Amino acid sequence: MTDTLTERWEVICPQELVEPERGVAALVAGSQVAIFRTYDGGLFAIDNRDPIAGANVMSRGIVGSRGDAPTVASPLHKEVYDLRTGECLDVAGVAVRTFPVRVRDGMVEVGAR
Amino acid sequence: MTANLVVVGNGMVGQRFVEALRSRDTSGGWRVTVLAEEGRPAYDRVRLSAFFDGVSARELSLHTPDDGVDLRLGEPVVRVDRERRLAVTDHGEYPYDALVLATGSYPFVPPVDGTDLRGVFVYRTLDDLEAIREHARGRHTGAVIGGGLLGLEAANALRLLGLSTHVVEFAPRLMPVQVDEAGGSMLRRYVEELDVKVHTGTATTAIRPHGAPGGEAGTVHGLVLSDGSWIQADVVVIAAGIRPRDDVARDAGLDVGERGGILVDAACRTSDERVWAIGECAAVEGRCYGLVAPGYAMAEVVADRLLGGHATFPGADMSTKLKLLGVDVASFGDAHGTTEGCLDVTFTDPATRVYAKLVLSDDATTLLGGVLVGDASAYPTLRASVGGPLPGPPLALLAPESGGAGTGAGIAALPGSAQVCSCNAVTKDQIVGAIHEGCADVPALKACTRAGTSCGSCVPMLKQLLAVSGVRLSKALCEHFDHSRQEIFEIIRVRGIRTFSQLVTEHGRGRGCDICKPAVASILASLGNGYVLDGEQAALQDTNDHFLANIQRDGTYSVVPRIPGGEITPDKLIVIGEVARDFNLYTKITGGQRIDLFGARVEQLPQIWRRLVDAGFESGHAYGKALRTVKSCVGSTWCRYGVQDSVGLAVALELRYRGLRAPHKIKSAVSGCARECAEARSKDFGVIATDNGWNLYVGGNGGFRPRHADLFASDLSTEELVRYVDRFLMFYIRTADRLQRTAAWIEAMDGGLDHLRAVIVDDSLGLCAELDAAIARHVDSYEDEWRATVDDPERVRRFTSFVNAPDTPDPSITFEVERGQPVPALGERRPVVLGLPTMGARQ
Repeated sequence: MTDTLTERWEVICPQELVEPERGVAALVAGSQVAIFRTYDGGLFAIDNRDPIAGANVMSRGIVGSRGDAPTVASPLHKEVYDLRTGECLDVAGVAVRTFPVRVRDGMVEVGAR
Repeated sequence: MTANLVVVGNGMVGQRFVEALRSRDTSGGWRVTVLAEEGRPAYDRVRLSAFFDGVSARELSLHTPDDGVDLRLGEPVVRVDRERRLAVTDHGEYPYDALVLATGSYPFVPPVDGTDLRGVFVYRTLDDLEAIREHARGRHTGAVIGGGLLGLEAANALRLLGLSTHVVEFAPRLMPVQVDEAGGSMLRRYVEELDVKVHTGTATTAIRPHGAPGGEAGTVHGLVLSDGSWIQADVVVIAAGIRPRDDVARDAGLDVGERGGILVDAACRTSDERVWAIGECAAVEGRCYGLVAPGYAMAEVVADRLLGGHATFPGADMSTKLKLLGVDVASFGDAHGTTEGCLDVTFTDPATRVYAKLVLSDDATTLLGGVLVGDASAYPTLRASVGGPLPGPPLALLAPESGGAGTGAGIAALPGSAQVCSCNAVTKDQIVGAIHEGCADVPALKACTRAGTSCGSCVPMLKQLLAVSGVRLSKALCEHFDHSRQEIFEIIRVRGIRTFSQLVTEHGRGRGCDICKPAVASILASLGNGYVLDGEQAALQDTNDHFLANIQRDGTYSVVPRIPGGEITPDKLIVIGEVARDFNLYTKITGGQRIDLFGARVEQLPQIWRRLVDAGFESGHAYGKALRTVKSCVGSTWCRYGVQDSVGLAVALELRYRGLRAPHKIKSAVSGCARECAEARSKDFGVIATDNGWNLYVGGNGGFRPRHADLFASDLSTEELVRYVDRFLMFYIRTADRLQRTAAWIEAMDGGLDHLRAVIVDDSLGLCAELDAAIARHVDSYEDEWRATVDDPERVRRFTSFVNAPDTPDPSITFEVERGQPVPALGERRPVVLGLPTMGARQ
């Protein structure tokens, strides 16, 4: 959906390095990005910085679901975020940035903005 | 015909009023507009402090969507034009036929210098709490002005934020409104044990900013007290009482009370017949009420009146029960004994640290009120009995838990008309009725009767009433499973399930969460499912288990090698020192007699452990819900008092149970004589040497609620001891709830310690052979997780900073030096230590 708006895609890693229900951290144009794969194969990318604790740890959170939302929980204090929107589901008004992410030729790519 | 109703304020009382009116205004006679100052809809201010215990703003919300209400947030009323009947905001004018003021109160800020400094807060709204949390980050000291109910809540909040905390109270005791002098001093003992410094009988004369060069100008540095002393504080919270918010009413020319508050009659009507006031802003016949229950009563009165009723404010029960800093405090009825000729019955037990007082009528037959500190389990029964005959002999009522089923019997004996929930005026009859109509758990009872929805202190009574009615409570682990941990354990064990996916597909729903996934990972590990990070199991682990290290606030990890029994050779000590030096790690001796190395980045962990493993170290499982350490004193080998080899036993126990995954961490210790230098009775299982063998104690812990372990068996041989501990641990692992320490597990067990003894010693459940076999499997299959990790390049691959830049360390992790060691760099936010010259943070 954002393909046409994204100016540049950065190649990150072979897709098998992003294991189901785990995250990896990546450096994208100087920003730290956390990339996750859900159980059904969906890919999501959000800011790696936990906005509440201020540390770059989101890629190390537990991936799961709340209702219909695919989620990740901060490993520091367990606030849960919706991977689709970046919205924190536990603390109103808190959110992390999301990034476009896709697979091309077996490689995970993140849109650098 | 529709009339316009404008409600000013969307706090707890304003919200309750709107709900009460809307639920009864079936003909839609009122068109409701709510004008609120705060940017968020109504939330549970009584439980505000739970925010710091991890309860989310969403969970505190009281908002129920209602299309028939025009809720305008962030739009405070600035003026009321009574002639034209308009409520005026900065955005518009709202005509009204009836106006209900529910503006609440504002925090009283004492007139001292410095209340406007950065870092000085009040404690009233979620925004206040968020600002406190934000400012406290990286800071180390805090002070609360005010030692009442709100002040102690604020003090606990600062504690939870990791600040060293002071409380300054002008009155000679804490919580002067609720408790008497003896109760206040018992409360003080509890509070001081939590390392909160208490200053009573003292006023704050000024709040001072940083003055010295290098400090932060305009930011608070501490308090000057009336006795001339100085308290350093990076965060100051003012909780010195509240005042009714009557400014809009005052400006509109409405009558106000002598001591403030919008003056209303028993119908909650102001001096203008179209204007009403409810909650903390109202002075009912001159008196303001700072509790939510009277506010709710006022809301009901006005809702009734607007629909043509004739309700009047019935007066208020000012009883309160709270848990402050983990201490139960309750006061009810005539707590201070002001009734003429009344008698006191008091009970003080310094051992269990309980203080209780009952106030009785002059003929000692009628209960008038009382104070409870330390154990308030009798509160619901007692409060409901105020004004009536005593429900039992005074001492039996006061002595906590002495009669075993005392409180349960109290509930059964309670008359049906007794109020169980005083916040919402719900009687026992109403609750029992709701249970019979199908309410099967506490949330259903809350939704149906509103009992337990405000302060929550009656929730234990709701549970007891459910239990008495034969209803079983839900033990669902989380939204993904309807089962308790114990049930999931049995499902996995009996059906031989090997993966989370199989479990959640066959027995649950969704894809799990941070609650059920680690719990299942722990169960799979307890059942001997091999290396904890292989295959799908890796995705279940908390970050600590995933990286086999403990995450710290800056995203680095700490490393704890196992040092069984606290015994270590000089050569191994030197290795730890060299590793710490070479990787620039902060080192600290732990309470469990080992050494913690802090500040390791993810990608350094395998390198650090390669060195440690090669020197003969193995994982200490400090990151796991597993056996941590078996601490020991030096025992009969060296000590002239020792009667057994405590170090030898501690080493053997630690090696036997190392790596055993459990519902929570497990700690242990062995003392070589009755002097108990190893503090074994503060452990999940503790062993103390006797002349004839070993005494085994179970169910102790330190932590938030310290508890001494109970004697399980005496004068055991080493072989008997190990057999009992084997069974104790495996039975715990099989049957405890998630994150339930052994103490809580035993307390919750039907039959308690006696039952546990019957299971373990007499094999009353016929389980022992199974438990013994499970432990034997654990001992046989143990392998060191860190050796298994560093020996396998595929497993080491997980320990990467960035998947696309593995050679670049996380640039946001930086250190500075404190007392000769690296610590996380917090920049200018690092405070200075009292008594030393102020200096810039980075030098």
